[in-house]
Amino acid sequence: MNELKASVLMRHEVGLHARPSVKLTKLAKGFDSRIDLGLSPDGPWVDAKSIVKVMATKAPKDSIIYFRAEGKDAKAALDALVMLVDGDFQNGP
Amino acid sequence: MDHRTQRAAHRVEGRSAAPGIAMGRLVRLVAAKPEAGQSRPVAGEHQALADALEASRLDLTALAGRIKDEDAEAILSFQLALLEDESLATPAFALIADGEVANRAWVAAIDPEIATYDRADDPYFRARASDLRDLRDRVLRRLAGEADQALPSGAIVVAEDMPPSVFLATDWRDGGLILRRGSPSSHVAILARSRGVPMIVGVDIDHLESGVDAVLDGDAGTLIVDPDPMLRADYGRRLSEQAQARAAAFSFTGPVVTASGEPVQLMINVTGLAELRDIDPSKVDGIGLMRTEFLFQERDQLPTEEEQYRIYKQMVEWAAGKPVTIRTLDAGGDKPIAGLTMPGDLNPFLGVRGVRLSLKRLDVFRLQLRALARAAVAGNLKVMIPMVTLPEELDRCRVLFQDAIDELRGEGHQVVMPPLGMMVEVPAAALVVEDFKADFYSIGSNDLIQYVMAASRDEPQLADLARPSRAVFNLIGHVAAHAKRNGRDASLCGDLAGDPQQVASLLDQGLRSFSVAPGALGPVRAAIARYSGKPA
Repeated sequence: MNELKASVLMRHEVGLHARPSVKLTKLAKGFDSRIDLGLSPDGPWVDAKSIVKVMATKAPKDSIIYFRAEGKDAKAALDALVMLVDGDFQNGP
Repeated sequence: MDHRTQRAAHRVEGRSAAPGIAMGRLVRLVAAKPEAGQSRPVAGEHQALADALEASRLDLTALAGRIKDEDAEAILSFQLALLEDESLATPAFALIADGEVANRAWVAAIDPEIATYDRADDPYFRARASDLRDLRDRVLRRLAGEADQALPSGAIVVAEDMPPSVFLATDWRDGGLILRRGSPSSHVAILARSRGVPMIVGVDIDHLESGVDAVLDGDAGTLIVDPDPMLRADYGRRLSEQAQARAAAFSFTGPVVTASGEPVQLMINVTGLAELRDIDPSKVDGIGLMRTEFLFQERDQLPTEEEQYRIYKQMVEWAAGKPVTIRTLDAGGDKPIAGLTMPGDLNPFLGVRGVRLSLKRLDVFRLQLRALARAAVAGNLKVMIPMVTLPEELDRCRVLFQDAIDELRGEGHQVVMPPLGMMVEVPAAALVVEDFKADFYSIGSNDLIQYVMAASRDEPQLADLARPSRAVFNLIGHVAAHAKRNGRDASLCGDLAGDPQQVASLLDQGLRSFSVAPGALGPVRAAIARYSGKPA
């Protein structure tokens, strides 16, 4: 199965801190696919379903967030995650 | 005689931190310690940690369901997400497999995570360390076999110390609080006074056991364990008097005047909008002190300009034209804020606190000044600067305020420059108060007393020194006289004003404006009404 990729600019005021990370990891966990998150197009990658790992990236405001996903629902997962970040984490689980 | 072996009433002395009476059973909270218990087989340790994690998860889920506060909910959902993330506990289970006991393994796994947050450059990330510590301790308590600290209402809670988050999450109806540590000036004590929860600090809690009947006398600073029927009846009467007095304090209307007919301004001290819900603005003369520290504490991120603006504006609107004095952030001292105050301040009360910190953290200070300038449009807002020591500090604040206003005008905002006053709490400022270009003065008696007397309010052995002396009253009189000569307002917003026994001495010094915790309104009103002028 092919790996899909996506990226999105994060404009959240204080970066990928607790509240956005909670929303992001919750959303990611709703998909079966393996989903990774990184701050550059070639990684390093961390598990987007792990809040410990996602928070550890300490991504600041105006970072570009890269996702890669592999699995049956990879396309839907990437679309949903990009929409969450692009919408400044206003919507989401 | 060992009082544990007898059932007669006995007294345990402490220091009053919040007045009032509570009667009920003691509930002892035990601090979590990572002590190795007797060692179990590996499978047992593994199961113990798994159970503790699951129990903690259930605790947090239940807590999140009860709390409707958005900030508290955010903290809880972050902690829940961490618990549900297997990668947090994986290193702990690996250590257990190598023969470590569960509690030490858990600490070894989570402490490096806490350390990475402590080291973060970004204050928002740095502030998360406290959430992880809280989570670490919750799991440790579960490992030690303690139930969650879901406290029954009406209990007298006994603990070493208590973070404000735990206090706020507890239903204190008819209950009370006994701490070994803490002080009358701690944030928990301030919360207890404003919410009318009787509280004593500096208590030897070693022999206090859960389930025992007790009476907490917050007026005297005494706990009576196993009270006999006569004591019980006595306190029962005082308890119902207290309930009536509290009800009366809020139903009382009309101006506050002394026995000789002199009007006195009586305002309230608050920490947030929640406290205003039960108070009718027509019955007080305004807000004499809004402490903004609480907007910055126990939360996910420092408050934004917009959030501060909304809160300040709602306060000003609540007061409907009456003055609302908002104090800029007084962090530091006994009020640390994760990600903002400096850890390792050797002597925090003489360290980087109040305006000293604000002038070092201009990013945070500017946002607050901007929010205040915008909220001033909505009504009678006054801004007070804490811990001013030299005239230049206040001048600097005024320039920064003007800069913020120019900037906001440039952005098309409606703004007003509110009166800018100073908190008089450092002796160096009180002694030469005439050197300061302040629009008004507010005397902070808690700090003024401890700085004049060189006696910490946290030191139970110095309770007799950490009191208002003639030196303190002379300084207060000096400030009041200067304000009067120059037609400026001077009020007193420390605990001294909320103590009915001190009200006459303060009126003697010429003060005619006080700001007190809402719970003290009734008694202070009554003390003012009894005052018939300075003795000749």
